[in-house]
Amino acid sequence: MSDHRPAALIEGGAVFPHRHLTGIEGLQPHEIMFLLDEAEARIDAPQEAPLAGLTQINAFFENSTRTLLSFEIAGKRLGADVVNMHAAQSSVKKGETLIDTAQTLNAMRADVLVIRHMSSGAVRLIADKVDCPVLNAGDGRHEHPTQALLDALTIRRRLGGIANKRVVICGDLLHSRVARSNILSLTALAAEVRVCAPSTLMPPAIERFGVTAFTDFDAALEGADVVMMLRLQTERMAGGYVPSVREYRLRYGLTEERWHRRAPDALVMHPGPMNRGVEIDSAVADHVERSAITEQVAMGVAVRMACLDVLTRRRRGVEGWV
Amino acid sequence: MSAPILFRDARIVCPEAGERCGDLLVVDGVIAAGERPADAEIVECAGKVLAPGIVDLGVATIDRAACRVGGIVRVAPLPDQSPVLDEPGAVQRLALIGRPDLWIHPIAAATRGNAGTDLAEMAVCLSAGARAIGTGRRWIADSGVMHRVLSYARDLDVTVIAHAEDQGLAAGAVATSGETATRLGLPSAPALAEALAVARDLMLAEETGARLHLRQVTTAAAFDLVRAAKRRGVAVTCGITPAHLLLSDIAMSDFRTFAHLSPPLRSETDRQAALAALADGTIDVLSSGHDPRGPEEKRLPFADSTAGAAGAATLLALGLGLVRDGRLTLPRLFALLSQAPARLLGLETGTLAAGMPGDVVLLDPDAPWRIDADALPGIAGNTPFDGLPVQGRVAGVWKGGRAA
Repeated sequence: MSDHRPAALIEGGAVFPHRHLTGIEGLQPHEIMFLLDEAEARIDAPQEAPLAGLTQINAFFENSTRTLLSFEIAGKRLGADVVNMHAAQSSVKKGETLIDTAQTLNAMRADVLVIRHMSSGAVRLIADKVDCPVLNAGDGRHEHPTQALLDALTIRRRLGGIANKRVVICGDLLHSRVARSNILSLTALAAEVRVCAPSTLMPPAIERFGVTAFTDFDAALEGADVVMMLRLQTERMAGGYVPSVREYRLRYGLTEERWHRRAPDALVMHPGPMNRGVEIDSAVADHVERSAITEQVAMGVAVRMACLDVLTRRRRGVEGWV
Repeated sequence: MSAPILFRDARIVCPEAGERCGDLLVVDGVIAAGERPADAEIVECAGKVLAPGIVDLGVATIDRAACRVGGIVRVAPLPDQSPVLDEPGAVQRLALIGRPDLWIHPIAAATRGNAGTDLAEMAVCLSAGARAIGTGRRWIADSGVMHRVLSYARDLDVTVIAHAEDQGLAAGAVATSGETATRLGLPSAPALAEALAVARDLMLAEETGARLHLRQVTTAAAFDLVRAAKRRGVAVTCGITPAHLLLSDIAMSDFRTFAHLSPPLRSETDRQAALAALADGTIDVLSSGHDPRGPEEKRLPFADSTAGAAGAATLLALGLGLVRDGRLTLPRLFALLSQAPARLLGLETGTLAAGMPGDVVLLDPDAPWRIDADALPGIAGNTPFDGLPVQGRVAGVWKGGRAA
């Protein structure tokens, strides 16, 4: 299945043999690099409409503003007819099962489905039941592959490469699909990944993923090239995972003072939406040179365009992609 | 009364007497010694295995079709049925509906509504046909309540069948903490949740002198506790299902909901500890944990699916696999499947000694077949062993000397 030649030497569809993008897991490093190259080529590219006449359905079973918007814009820039289904307020609440919803979407002959769901594994369940390519826009605590791709692309553009860069991921790793996908992609691309969280928010057996785990944020920041902060969801505090916001900020907030003291040269990233003054200070988040947070959003559209394009090539009969 | 039956030329497997080749006579529904009556019906066994019928302790659902192909002649349903088995009407109804082919020995609820707070009418339920007291598929979190349950059950000389998972740790979890759960992004609880619960229940059993059966013990730490308690003379027994002996948490990969069990599948280290506990006699009972669930409960994202596996139809074949692997002898397998659960329920059955009911199963231990979830007899085919080739098929089942 997998081909170990450099992506540039592999012709046509063999470079990306997957029908769906349900996660970073299962992707070879060259396949990740291929998607990054495809995305990079779209950043300043003139408008084309390769997906004209194709129907893209964004089925979001969990509320989202940013990711949904990003996928919608990506689809429209490619010329697709984009339909958004806000399943959080649809028949799903009336007891329709996920499989029934999948079959309904399938019967409507979508050409590509973009799915977000609150349960881990839900996207793969749907992917097994439909005829068109499926893109995972986040499932439970499992994966959020396009976020990991856009983060990797941002790092590559800013730092000139990913291999051997020291990336610190800090925050609620336990409940974070962003962290999981990023760990998988960054370790696949040979970055040195450090994860940092209080033990109450650290996933079990995380060291099995080839990362180094820290509970001391200051120690983790030593020599960091990139600091990736995760959102602390307020419901986690109610769940007793951390004592209080101010205590969390004291130990794990990327405050201006900590940043200057420990990693003044590090690139600062955040998947958004941010809790300013909790996990990250505004002065850090808005830093003109060192913060890549708005660039991440821009890369998001490019990455999603690339993924939508690549996954529909077989369907569109693009040469070499049969 | 049924006609006398002579099982001729069988490989007779008895947990008590061991193995022998020869004939077995059943007269008036009871295993008999002595001469064959002239009017006996003859069943030619041709060297096939003849063993005591299986007593399946702790099923979630009564499933006749699955029991029939699985060689199960008696089942003890868990108390968390609908309605809960906490009053004599429900107990008595269940105790009678299975006869004559499948005898049902209900486990009555230890607490009212199985809610874990107030004592249920145990003696009334016992007089209505219950054979044990149980906590169902939940742990009684309040140690004071569990202490009273065990004390009261000791007075009644009845075994308490407990589910051991500390809910403080296990609430909301659908997997055991480890690499697989993290990779799949599933809420998980440390394996320790079991040992914590086992430790408490063992201490309470020791303190009260009650008989305690831990329905499913699946972790190394918990086996160590049970082993040590047995050595001290605590009246404790424990059980397991084939899933925890043969599968580890890797079976959940790809979000396979058929591998969503309660307690969840454990690490490979714990699985090896379970096999060791089977070998050294720490495990007393092998049961199916039969819990058939249809697609509406299983074709869902993993964490939203219902825990449980269909097991009655595959219990015997998987047990015979353990024999073939040299983990067990045939008589010991039937001690785990028939004798120990019968004893625990206070039933005079489970061996092939003279005077015991003629509950026997005839099986071809080598007949090969493949477990197929779509074709498994019973209410639903949610087996984590889908696709596994196994050996051993039931050729006939007799309940009380009558062909089922």
